[in-house]
Amino acid sequence: MPISSKELSKQIRVSALKMVTKAKASHIGSALSIADIVAVLYADILNVSPKNSKDSVRDRLILSKGHACVAVYAALAEIGFFPKKDLESYGDNYSALMNHISHKVPGVEFSTGALGHGLPFGVGKALFAKKKKLDWRVFVILSDGELDEGSNWEALMFAAHHQLDNLTMIIDYNKLQSLTSIEKTLGLEPLADKFKAFGAHVIDLDGHDHLALTKNLQAPEVGKPKAIIAHTIKGRGVSFMENQVIWHYRSPNEDQLAQALKEIEAHYA
Amino acid sequence: MRNAFIEELVELAKTNSNIVLMVGDLGFSVVEPFQDAYPDRFFNAGVAEQNMMSMAAGLASEGCHAFVYSIANFPTFRCAEQIRNDVAYHQLPVTIVAVGGGLAYGNLGYSHHAVQDYALMRSMPNMLISAPGDPMEVRACLRYLTSHPQPSYLRLGKAGELCLHDSVPSIEPGIWQRITNSSGPKNRAILATGNGLQIAKNWQQGGQYLDHDLYSLPLWGITQKNLQTNQVEKFEKLVTVEDHLLDAGFGSWMLESLINEPKLIERLALKALDPSVCGLVASQNELHKASNLE
Repeated sequence: MPISSKELSKQIRVSALKMVTKAKASHIGSALSIADIVAVLYADILNVSPKNSKDSVRDRLILSKGHACVAVYAALAEIGFFPKKDLESYGDNYSALMNHISHKVPGVEFSTGALGHGLPFGVGKALFAKKKKLDWRVFVILSDGELDEGSNWEALMFAAHHQLDNLTMIIDYNKLQSLTSIEKTLGLEPLADKFKAFGAHVIDLDGHDHLALTKNLQAPEVGKPKAIIAHTIKGRGVSFMENQVIWHYRSPNEDQLAQALKEIEAHYA
Repeated sequence: MRNAFIEELVELAKTNSNIVLMVGDLGFSVVEPFQDAYPDRFFNAGVAEQNMMSMAAGLASEGCHAFVYSIANFPTFRCAEQIRNDVAYHQLPVTIVAVGGGLAYGNLGYSHHAVQDYALMRSMPNMLISAPGDPMEVRACLRYLTSHPQPSYLRLGKAGELCLHDSVPSIEPGIWQRITNSSGPKNRAILATGNGLQIAKNWQQGGQYLDHDLYSLPLWGITQKNLQTNQVEKFEKLVTVEDHLLDAGFGSWMLESLINEPKLIERLALKALDPSVCGLVASQNELHKASNLE
């Protein structure tokens, strides 16, 4: 019985919280922000299989905001790319599960960590598929703060010019950056208009709404790369983490972990 | 060198369908033969080198051997992190092709002077530096790189370099190529990389270093350091020559290769560009003269 996106999003949150607590690692807010996006992708959208993680016809998912890797590691373990027990090694010395996403983990396409690399890399893959007339798709999850990097806009220009409609960008628009809000750092608005002006087909949606995500991720828009602006809440699912910049950096202590898991258990039952 | 590059690439692409060429809106009157022969394998990324380099990595991750062509500083320093993280770390077959290595674009000014590019490239463990010294070595390097696809840096001169080999040599990373034998006792040598070979040949044609054998080293990098001791110890004097700053360049690489061999280090003399040329605008020959390399 395949896992539902709702159940997967719960497991992602549970595993992510446990991982960062044990490893005393940062970025739990960023991982909770994309838990629903990652869950919908792996449960309902991506053509990927743990039986053959290198299958040439698979869809390619690139997590450009590599600091949120625990969300993807948790999803991959949950659907069988590697044993769930391996998640316990997250952040350990020499573990493949390093604190920014690593291509050495089964099911991960590309290591990121420096921002502004995932979309150009994904455009290269989409270009390849288009030229070879292959029908697999490329999905890239970007952070909102990451859009400060000009390489993204270079990549989008290229993707639109070459009509790479096999490319879908999902922007995790939680509106918080590293020190403060997007608005107070480098304002992105009007974000949808920016993507439209660069030639993308743009959809605004609630990034925690599984139905909206599923519906809009399913089919590409012919002739244009797709940009899904997913409005999210950083730290979503844990009351004391939501919309708090500090959870970009802080890892929970044991009491905070227990409280967080309790809230998730209640909310995602 | 540019013409030898494109001719050889077109030839290799006939049998190797993985080869693609990306340009950063550069290459007028050079790259057209490839574009004409393989329009589906030619991409102009526009003036956007960071994206171009990561896209090349994306293409390479699907099985392409991507050649990324631009003027020397643009596909290197402009996108150093893309090379480091996306190409070299992932060990993808991308060849960064820098045209106008050294001071080939002398009068265009400092923005076009590639005199620190070895420094950047040789600090990456998974990067093979390919610095041919003449058009024959350009072809040899391309044949090697396409038969051993890996992260690599191909540094070309511009045009008009003399052919110093009679035919395309067979080359291996870290192994010196003999160009000429000296007339004197066989215990002195010049070892050149890249356009340093043309400089060394000029010296000999001008009557200098006639008692030195002349060698070229067109393929090198971090992993070839361990091959140098055996080759250096055959000579009581070795002069390295490069059109790059000494700091973090080829001569410094040789010094580091011999770090545990102080007696061999004493035999070295390092000829490189003088830092005073940084920021000067003049012809390549004039700037070599300013570095006592003419």
